[in-house]
Amino acid sequence: MGEAFFHIDNFSCGYPSFKLSGISLSLNKGSFSGIIGPNGSGKTTLFRGITSSIATLEGSIYLKGKNLHKLSLKERAQNIAIVSQFVDIDQMSVEDYVLMGRMPYHNRFQFFESKDDLGKAHRYMQLTDVFKHKDKLMTELSGGEQQRAAIARALTQEPELLLLDEPTSHLDITHQVRILDLLHRLNQEMGLTVLMVIHDLNLASEYCDQLMLFNEGQLFTQGTPEEVLTFDTIEKVYRTPVITRTNPYSNKPVIFLVSEKMMKKSK
Amino acid sequence: MLTQNKYFKWIIALAVLLAVLFVSVGIGLSVGELKLGLTDILRMLFHGGDDGSMEYMLISKIRLPRVILGIAVGGALGLAGVILQGIYRNPLVEPFTLGISGGASLGVAFTIVFGLHITLGSFMLPLSGFVGAFVVIFLVYTLSSRNGNINIQNMLLTGVMVSFIASSAMMFLMATTSSDNLHGIVFWIMGSLDEPDTGLIKLTLIASLIVLFVSYLFVQPLNALRLGEEKAMHLGFNTNVVIRVLFVMASLLAGICVSVSGVIGFVGLIIPHVLRLLFGSDYRFLLVGSFLLGGIFLVLSDVVARTIISPNELPIGVITGIIGGVVFLLLMSQNRKKS
Repeated sequence: MGEAFFHIDNFSCGYPSFKLSGISLSLNKGSFSGIIGPNGSGKTTLFRGITSSIATLEGSIYLKGKNLHKLSLKERAQNIAIVSQFVDIDQMSVEDYVLMGRMPYHNRFQFFESKDDLGKAHRYMQLTDVFKHKDKLMTELSGGEQQRAAIARALTQEPELLLLDEPTSHLDITHQVRILDLLHRLNQEMGLTVLMVIHDLNLASEYCDQLMLFNEGQLFTQGTPEEVLTFDTIEKVYRTPVITRTNPYSNKPVIFLVSEKMMKKSK
Repeated sequence: MLTQNKYFKWIIALAVLLAVLFVSVGIGLSVGELKLGLTDILRMLFHGGDDGSMEYMLISKIRLPRVILGIAVGGALGLAGVILQGIYRNPLVEPFTLGISGGASLGVAFTIVFGLHITLGSFMLPLSGFVGAFVVIFLVYTLSSRNGNINIQNMLLTGVMVSFIASSAMMFLMATTSSDNLHGIVFWIMGSLDEPDTGLIKLTLIASLIVLFVSYLFVQPLNALRLGEEKAMHLGFNTNVVIRVLFVMASLLAGICVSVSGVIGFVGLIIPHVLRLLFGSDYRFLLVGSFLLGGIFLVLSDVVARTIISPNELPIGVITGIIGGVVFLLLMSQNRKKS
């Protein structure tokens, strides 16, 4: 299975009450992909399965042809970085927080960061525009700034694959666009492969090259935004009527929600 | 450069703590019912003294062992406290929250009630204390493990419950035993640095230094755990192994302390807190800092305990509780004013 950069093969994982089963998908190097689906469809469970936070029941995951679960945790952390939905913070400076991204490269006897570590952390803080806040405490930052610091920490791991679990869910539209623009820029300029869970279908459509639609613990369909975000699939999976149109500027699908009030009016 | 400033601040702070520890040792050796001059003490320590002289006996047989035990137990309790607070991500955890003191006290109460220290020897008191602490650690550890994984929240709750059970069982023994035995149990529970067995003092010091060294090898995962277990795993650490190793080490160390010096509460809780308020939550500083400050605090508390109502002696736990609590409240209010 060495061809795709990242390949999930007939993968199952989950909890006693919920199971994700038979997932197969592939990501090309440098792709920008999105995982979409209703609440409880298994999007975050897939991420937890990839990172071994929950046990694998069946199947395998390959990164550059190597079985991911046979790599050590340090090796995995050097290749895959994760930005979670909630930025967990303690009383620590932004610089200290971002520097944690170098931990996968330290051996047991390296207790302090090297100059090289510091240089890399500063570079990614500048790239994500949090360098000016480096001496502040993480608790003093706004939600958008915290999210950017979390991305800087993940980049400091210098991963080849960046996983993001709903990176824009708590942000206003300005910060949503800023974060996604930043990720897109990193994807284009650094060749970083991005896979993110995202709820907003219009943002997913606008930014992602490839979408995977999950439903009830299974991969319902995958493809380009044009192939996935159709009236039929959305109505079937989300069980809600929508109107699909095309964005005149980007030519990407745009979803309009239809409220009960509007439905009554149209009848 | 914040990082370089931070390291510089830590080095200065550790140097100051080390200097204060030396001063505390000096105070611990010179202050008491019989006051001794520093030059006399240094002469006796480095060149020996007249074997028969009261001063030499006082220093070599009473004050020096107490001071060394104070450093070992204070350092160990501070260290155990900061490690447990780190793995539980809960600032209210200390060795005794998890029932370690309850288990040790129950072991000692059992020995006193059944006279095992009289029939088998006085070594039974620390031994039974350690066995009691060990049983509690074993119970908390096994009851919180499931399918090879440790549930950290279950572990805390199990510890608190086991602590309640051990305390209740001990109260049962105390309620049903003779007044002589009751006096013995209460005296032991109150805690003291008066330990005649130098072997036990050496053991406590060596154990605390070993745990300090080994725990420092885990300082990176401890820092990563500040972000939570899952995120620490994402940074490449096997949190399950880290938590197990650190829990067992910190608990056994606390168990040794309780079995040697009785229940000296508050040190494991207050010392890491004070350092966090002053220097932040980075474990690269906190581990060593807690060891040094814990040692200073207990040596000075012991000086107060044996001089404040001289010629009688107060239980050291009373002093650690009062001084520790007051200092902590003062620091908290200072911090609130600043923010």
